[in-house]
Amino acid sequence: MSTPIDYLLHLADNAVVLGQRNAEWCGHGPILEEDMALANVSLDLIGQARLLYQRAAELMGGDASEDKLAYFRGPHEFRNYTLLELPHHGALVGYAAADRDYATTIVRNFLYSALMVHVWDGLQQSADASLAAIAAKSLKETSYHLHHSRDWLVRMGDGTEESHARAQAAVNHLMPYTEEFWTTSPAEGAAVAAKVAIDVWALRPAWDALVNDALEQATLTRPNFHGYVTEGKIGLHSEHLSYLLGEMQGLARAHPGATW
Amino acid sequence: MSSVVDKVWAALEPLTDPEIPVVTLRELGILREVRETPAGIEVVITPTYSGCPAMGQIEDDVRASLAQAGIEARVITQLAPAWTTDWMSDEAKEKLRAYGIAPPHQTRKDVSVVKFMRRPVEQAVACPQCGSTHTVVTSEFGSTACKALYKCLDCQEPFDYFKPY
Ligand SMILES: [Zn+2]
Repeated sequence: MSTPIDYLLHLADNAVVLGQRNAEWCGHGPILEEDMALANVSLDLIGQARLLYQRAAELMGGDASEDKLAYFRGPHEFRNYTLLELPHHGALVGYAAADRDYATTIVRNFLYSALMVHVWDGLQQSADASLAAIAAKSLKETSYHLHHSRDWLVRMGDGTEESHARAQAAVNHLMPYTEEFWTTSPAEGAAVAAKVAIDVWALRPAWDALVNDALEQATLTRPNFHGYVTEGKIGLHSEHLSYLLGEMQGLARAHPGATW
Repeated sequence: MSSVVDKVWAALEPLTDPEIPVVTLRELGILREVRETPAGIEVVITPTYSGCPAMGQIEDDVRASLAQAGIEARVITQLAPAWTTDWMSDEAKEKLRAYGIAPPHQTRKDVSVVKFMRRPVEQAVACPQCGSTHTVVTSEFGSTACKALYKCLDCQEPFDYFKPY
């Protein structure tokens, strides 16, 4: 069985959307060290996305290319988790740089990298040798992203009254979106059947343990979940993705084929 | 080893990392292999971090050096086995230290899910200036993704640590 393209796009879109989102901190970081850290995390994520898009384009053949996949698909064609396209703040506030909340950034990076260390670890045994090679590299990088975000999560949660309140608000806001990790999209199902992917559901106990341990150390509580489970990975996104892609894709669409 | 393969290695030997110009691509383990195939000479390089912005420059440098030496060869980027700082030669590590960057410790081989739970207890990183191991991490990411920012508590100097990868 061959590698489902949509599964590669799911992994690639996750990485590129979060990479683009985190890059918004470049030049706006709360402190210089974090400005650089987030830029470096974004570079890793965009690098991972490039490798995955290249693999997808190779399998698609014809005139498919990493640039076409990143810049010339619309929001409904993106397969990323909804969690990763959300702005850096809670619901119902604007987009201005001044409204960005670093606790939201950190909590999201933590929740995602806590999943991806396990996903990449498992994908090292993928039947798709190219994907396995990408996973081996991505695992090393994601381990550092996890360390970074976990450190800050604990520092904020177990910090001042203000930092604790903001970290808890970010956890309350973002945790429901992680329910999307545990549903199975058609692409994921096909990838598991082809032994290209591992069943993410099986990773849930390890993810729960990692998250609960960090929240406990951070003196934060995990909210109970009830309600709508997002479906970004099948192309049903929040309104935020279009704005993000508008910024990311604008240049390539205004000047197709431009190089510099 | 054939003479043409030797010639390629010799032509590429002066190439250094664009961001750390004291170590060569060979010493860093980026330049993996030079081989003769029925289709011609192939030079195999492997990327460091997935998003390392120096990789494009490195590939250009390799091509330019080959062209300058009048060698026709294909440059192949290979992902597996994944690059690791463990491939760095001892002489390269010593050059890094002399340049002011603490060289990477060995990577940890205990690959298990448990390792993700908490940050592994890290070996002390010695200050490249004074040798003291009385150092603390300032930031997990320094000027580039491959380095962390440290501070020496004895000589008070900040320094980069090349992280194990
Ligand atoms: Zn010192």
